[in-house]
Amino acid sequence: MFKISTTPHINSPVTTQSLMRDVLIALTPAIIVSLLMFGINALRVLLTSVAACVMFEYLITRYLLKAKNTTSDLSAVITGVLLAFNLPSSMPTWMILIGAFVAIGIAKIAFGGLGKNIFNPALVGRVFLFISFPVQMTQWPKPDFLSFMNTDTVTSATTLGILKHIDVSSSATIKASQVSLTELPNYWQMFIGYTGGCIGEVSALALFIGLVYMLLRRVITWHIPFYYVATFFMLTAITWFNTDNIHFEPITNILSGGLLLGAFFMATDYVTSPMTRQGQIIFAVGCGILTYIIRFYSAYPEGVSFAILIMNAFVPLIDKFTPQRVYGTKRK
Amino acid sequence: MCNKKTFSLGGIHLNKHKISALSPIQEAGVPPLVYIPVKQHIGAPAQIIVKVGDKVKIGTLLAKANEGISANVHSSVAGEIKKIEEIEAENGYSEQVITIQTSADEYEEGIDNSEEINNDIPQSLEEIKELIKSAGIVGMGGAGFPTPIKTSIPENKSVQYLIINGIECEPYLTADGALMLEKPEQIVIGAKILNKVLGIQNAIIAIDENKPQAIEKITKITKRYIGVNVAVCKSKYPQGGEKQLITAITGREVPSGRLPIDVGCVVQNVATVFAVYEAVMKHKPLYERIVTVSGDTSITTAGNYRTRIGTPAEYLLDLAQTDKSKISKLLFGGPMMGTAATNLHSPINKKTGGLLVLQAQEATKPDESCCIRCGKCAEVCPVGLMPFAIASNLRRNNTAPLKALHVADCIECGSCAYTCPAKVPLLDYCKLGKYEVHKQK
Repeated sequence: MFKISTTPHINSPVTTQSLMRDVLIALTPAIIVSLLMFGINALRVLLTSVAACVMFEYLITRYLLKAKNTTSDLSAVITGVLLAFNLPSSMPTWMILIGAFVAIGIAKIAFGGLGKNIFNPALVGRVFLFISFPVQMTQWPKPDFLSFMNTDTVTSATTLGILKHIDVSSSATIKASQVSLTELPNYWQMFIGYTGGCIGEVSALALFIGLVYMLLRRVITWHIPFYYVATFFMLTAITWFNTDNIHFEPITNILSGGLLLGAFFMATDYVTSPMTRQGQIIFAVGCGILTYIIRFYSAYPEGVSFAILIMNAFVPLIDKFTPQRVYGTKRK
Repeated sequence: MCNKKTFSLGGIHLNKHKISALSPIQEAGVPPLVYIPVKQHIGAPAQIIVKVGDKVKIGTLLAKANEGISANVHSSVAGEIKKIEEIEAENGYSEQVITIQTSADEYEEGIDNSEEINNDIPQSLEEIKELIKSAGIVGMGGAGFPTPIKTSIPENKSVQYLIINGIECEPYLTADGALMLEKPEQIVIGAKILNKVLGIQNAIIAIDENKPQAIEKITKITKRYIGVNVAVCKSKYPQGGEKQLITAITGREVPSGRLPIDVGCVVQNVATVFAVYEAVMKHKPLYERIVTVSGDTSITTAGNYRTRIGTPAEYLLDLAQTDKSKISKLLFGGPMMGTAATNLHSPINKKTGGLLVLQAQEATKPDESCCIRCGKCAEVCPVGLMPFAIASNLRRNNTAPLKALHVADCIECGSCAYTCPAKVPLLDYCKLGKYEVHKQK
């Protein structure tokens, strides 16, 4: 007796798991940089976050929902890495556990699990921690290249924090701002990641390598990263030219903060981004505009997480209004 | 060859597995028994005009085309009719077949069985049309639409392009490629004949880039024949789809729900065009075709066989030294759109371009998991559909939006289901969606 089935009789070797594995490979350069810059504490944050995310997913699907164990699709591992990437290396372990629980338990599984969640789980976890523990979430250990075991690091402000501070300072405190200005890292430091910040966001170089890998493996297309970064770049560049305010200097703004991490790895999350090309472009442009508004006109120095989460909420609407053109129908 | 043509929307790159690409066409010979189905085409079954005990020759008319859409069926062997019976077809349904016990080859009068190339096309259009009609020619690319109907143009329509489909974008299949390598001139003459039938001077033979020898041979020959040209297309699936090919060659899009003739195109498969040549120039009805036997090379020897219609699959598999005990899945046609056969004895028909064998691992469908909303199904759909939306609506029994999602335009190429990383059977949903839309009418 032969096997019979409907067509097609062959399937692409690309599976959910292989896609997720490729994303993890793409995240590896940034993981390496985080270990080089922030040492054993970065390792602690990463391991705690990944282990907690996988564990919560396993426990909840297995014992609470009594459903199939889905951890083998590796999506919880990615959430774990991305959550860790969005935390400072000094983050207390128990707080990371709470963040992981919120990310997996609330943002992902409560919405129905992989494919059903509206918001990016790692970002929900990060924002929850940011609002709940603002002090711990804004202390940034200084990078300490290759001193792996050193856990006793000095904290510094992030580049964006310094810029925000300068921007809001009145002329009376100009002296203080000048001091801060000298603390700004140069482009090269920001590019390779020798700067304060969340452990995964510091190195533009590592994130770029990851992006190129994902593009080559066709995990994602270039549209969301490009339109996100380009929109943000245009807005800051225009403002910078018009105001000559260093806060808006576009290169620094792109290389610092979570913009590249967000544009390459979080806004491109399949589940929480639009399905069609046109929708993805609208989504990415929206992320760029919101990041600009939040970074420069709100109380926060950083706006990537909020921008992506807000745009996540618009995805069903975007999907509804951006169907693909069907062959043999009029071009709009 | 810098200007390779292709379609604009979607498409996928498949692992070609063209193992038998350069295998010469071998004679499959005559099996002891043939089972000739009376319905090898879209439309009404042909009416049987013979009875048990009749002696037949190669080319004897066995069943006459019915009214409307139908096609003649001829004997592919000489011998005696043993039974007229219902047997299990490859798709598991029963079909009516004429079973013939074969004897030594003997041809009907008038059939020219020589290999000599004849390019002296008859002057009379009526004569040509009659020869094509009586030869029982149907679309041999898989659709099985009777050719005489496709080439008779309604009065209010006009034709500008005759596109000869030599693409063969399915993995493994090489029958059309082998035919183009060995019978290039016959195909070009066939194209001239169809040009004449359609009243145009613009036949374009579309060949994909992975057949450089065929491109070279046919291009050389077309220099001697006015009104027949070659277009090289990109190797991409489903480049051989009728509408995709029209867009690649002409830049035109067949409007949703309409036919190729509405944009002035007629598309014919190369094997069909060869059959037209044989019918008109050699007075040979369609009773044999080239079939690729291929698949998992550890259990079969791949090759291209000139096969009599009605030959049981088992006979061909034996010729290709197939280890039948290891077959897990047997396909009539390609791995993307072919039919999974239920049995070994199903006969080859006019539409069967390939017989593929797969072992257990390849033949097993992977487990389905949750849609991760990657959008790849919409990205690869050559029609621009959104299979994920079709599937999610059907899952919720929500059939109202299906029509607006244009599910009726699905060409069932399977690119979506092939690509889906979560292995959701998207094509099954699309087929179900088509059925639901049909019901709404």
